Amino acid sequence: MHLVFDYDVAIVGAGNVGAAIARELARFELKVALIEAGRDVGAGTSKANTAILHTAYDAKSGTLEARLVARGYALLTAYANEVGIPLERTGALLVAWDDIELERLPAIAERAGQNGYDRVRSVGVDELYAKEPRLGPGARGALEIPDEHIVCPFTPVLAFATQAVLAGVDLRREERVTRVQRVEEGWRLETSLGALAARWVVNAAGLHSDEVNRLAGHDEFTVTPRRGELIVFDKLSRPLVDHVILPVPTETTKGVLVAPTVFGNIVLGPTAVDVERKDDTSSTAEGLAYLRAQGKRIVPQLLTHEVTAVYVGLRAATESPDYQLWIDAGEQYVCAGGIRSTGLTSAMAIGEYVRDGLDAAGLALRERPEGLPAVRMPSLGEAQLRPFADPARIKADSEYGRVVCFCERVTRGEIRDAARSPVPPVDLDGLRRRTRVLMGRCQGFFCGVEVSRLLAQESGQHVGELWERST
Amino acid sequence: MGAVHLTTEQVDVAVVGGGPSGLAAATALCKADVGKVVVLEREAEPGGIPRHAKHQGFGLRDLRRALSGPRYAARWAEIATGAGADLRTETQATGWTDAGALELTSPRGRSLLEARAVVLATGCRERPRAARLVPGARPQGVLTTGALQQLVYLAREFPGRRAVVVGAEHVSFSALLTLSHGGARTVAMVTEHPRHQTLAAFRAGAAFHFRAPLFTRTMLTGIRGSQRVEEVELTHLDTGQVRRVACDLVVFTADWVPDHELAVLAGAVLDPGTRGPTVDAALRTTRPGLFAAGNLLHGAETADVAALSGRSVAESVIRYFEGEPWPTSRVPIECEAPLHWIAPNAIVALGPPSHPRFRLRAREILGSRQVEVSQDGRTLWRGRVKRLMPGRSARLPGGWTAAVDSDGGPVVVHVVV
Repeated sequence: MHLVFDYDVAIVGAGNVGAAIARELARFELKVALIEAGRDVGAGTSKANTAILHTAYDAKSGTLEARLVARGYALLTAYANEVGIPLERTGALLVAWDDIELERLPAIAERAGQNGYDRVRSVGVDELYAKEPRLGPGARGALEIPDEHIVCPFTPVLAFATQAVLAGVDLRREERVTRVQRVEEGWRLETSLGALAARWVVNAAGLHSDEVNRLAGHDEFTVTPRRGELIVFDKLSRPLVDHVILPVPTETTKGVLVAPTVFGNIVLGPTAVDVERKDDTSSTAEGLAYLRAQGKRIVPQLLTHEVTAVYVGLRAATESPDYQLWIDAGEQYVCAGGIRSTGLTSAMAIGEYVRDGLDAAGLALRERPEGLPAVRMPSLGEAQLRPFADPARIKADSEYGRVVCFCERVTRGEIRDAARSPVPPVDLDGLRRRTRVLMGRCQGFFCGVEVSRLLAQESGQHVGELWERST
Repeated sequence: MGAVHLTTEQVDVAVVGGGPSGLAAATALCKADVGKVVVLEREAEPGGIPRHAKHQGFGLRDLRRALSGPRYAARWAEIATGAGADLRTETQATGWTDAGALELTSPRGRSLLEARAVVLATGCRERPRAARLVPGARPQGVLTTGALQQLVYLAREFPGRRAVVVGAEHVSFSALLTLSHGGARTVAMVTEHPRHQTLAAFRAGAAFHFRAPLFTRTMLTGIRGSQRVEEVELTHLDTGQVRRVACDLVVFTADWVPDHELAVLAGAVLDPGTRGPTVDAALRTTRPGLFAAGNLLHGAETADVAALSGRSVAESVIRYFEGEPWPTSRVPIECEAPLHWIAPNAIVALGPPSHPRFRLRAREILGSRQVEVSQDGRTLWRGRVKRLMPGRSARLPGGWTAAVDSDGGPVVVHVVV
């Protein structure tokens, strides 16, 4: 049987990694499908992370992860500036709370050096408390990692997907790949909505990357979902810290951090517990109590503030310390799985890596003369000028002066723009990641219904339907 | 950002919040001819929370009649506008400039508002599930009374069939009514306390009409469900017995927290008990020219009580305009557990020779108890206070305030064991 290929490349999974690969391939004259089982891009393991832009100072030396995080850092920083992804240059302080931790600091600094990051600096107790006066008592010393910053956890994947879609990538949401069959010169994929054929398959299925890998006839790794619970504190707590406050990592975990967010909150977390089910995003009484105990020690005043939200993310942990990233030229198969929280930083570098791998494997990459279309993402960050505070914007369009979500100051104009964007939200959770609605302290007490009504109106759904689909 | 020049408007009083307390304050200020009074309401419709509490019973103590929530809200808007208040809807005060002007956003633009006095009447909200740190899954069907009432009354959506209501205060019974209007059955009402904290008549009515079983000394300790809520886990606080109740809706009621953001951004000191700005009997915050009223002062009272607080703050603003000096020092009033909060919660040396009445709440149902008010070990007042409980305020008489030493330590209120 001779197949007509619908696509040159079918990417399975539209999280940070899949969307970044799609964007990179969109530069070339290729037919690319970005297939996502969930309702939205970035709605799986990508959506709940601590939102740190990593320098790779602490990555395992010599790994692909160390290399790609370092490269991804440079790429994402430049890209954030280009398309308007919220990013704040906070720097991080890695704090030792006892003698054992203090003794481990030099080794951490040394590893940073091995990873090519040489700006780690030792900070004495006095300087530490001068920098962060609200730290709890008993800190013994710290390392400063001046380039470890905070970034918006939601906008990068949306920017990648938006640019990819505008460049012609076929984004297929709510379509689950159920069968991956090798055929002559390519692959046939069966999905929940039908079938398609592609010359290359890229597995970027995150938590499910082991399953897709097996569907493709491989069995190199197993994903054990690792639950991470995060507590987000009220914006009024934001003045408590200026830096990302990191713990000294242990053999088993990176530990609990306290960090500002680009939305002006403070986040405390994550926990790290292996769980069995890939849909088990439950929080636990033990996890929340543990985080509160850690928070109380790190920044005692934090606990006096209201909690705005609890998020639970599942990291795609595998038995290997490194990414499951390889390109099989013979099979025309790319595996980009088992990527944990560093994927936010490394995604664009993974895109480059896959591009180069495909090129080396003989896929013809002819650049489109027009290049990637320019995009500008919404200003969601507290450090950016948001529409509600922008007199020129409101003057040009009064919808930017109609605040709907009062806690987060999101306007009707922004909800409308999101609903009409190239990758529109299909539910309230998607609207939340695009605009910040319902992310604030009232969690919908005041505006939940009005926000639903506006999205319903724009997307031709009923309020009840949206309410049913919200998470 | 600072480079853009914004228009600045000057008024006499800016009232932030167009609910019962803000509208009542504006009405009284206009009637007293204090000058230009502007009410800033962020919603498209004025009236505040009563707008979506469609049952009867609003307006008893302030308007001397019984109205439905929406009619009550509309009535107050008419009264305030009729008195001459400039009521601006879709206008949110988002912060303050360094010089003390309010930063406003509305469809008319971004602007600044300078006022000789500002009354914060921003109300309160129910703590949502996350703020209560209730663990478990995060399925659809978990909301607050506020969201429930908007859904049922404003959007006419019926979000579930079998509801569990967390809380047993006035508002919890209001949620029960809304659920009934929305066609849902309340399969459990849960409170950590040994009994409900509303009027006996409400409870009896609820038991009779809705057959809602009340689980006392019980906590909601988990939520399960993948897409929708499927069941909740209830734990008895004394026996540790765990019970699972199938439901598709969980309504978190009460557990109020004042919407204190503007007060904090203004530098006003918060009371650790109420989480609202500390105020003296004249409802003055710690920032000169900044007053606070209504449910911003403490977790919710009924709308009519909030409106009366609005009238009261107007009198203080008028005296301020007449030259009454702003107090420079104040003595805080602190509550000892099991008392939760007292309001007002500061005593000033200067000020009206009034005998304020205090509202007092307990963390537990205590009933009638001997309460002592003291300062630096010296008893200022001692007497019996009735109906001490969460969710409803007890009254503490205020004749003792004149005996407070304005140079002394904090005044302490405690239950005599």
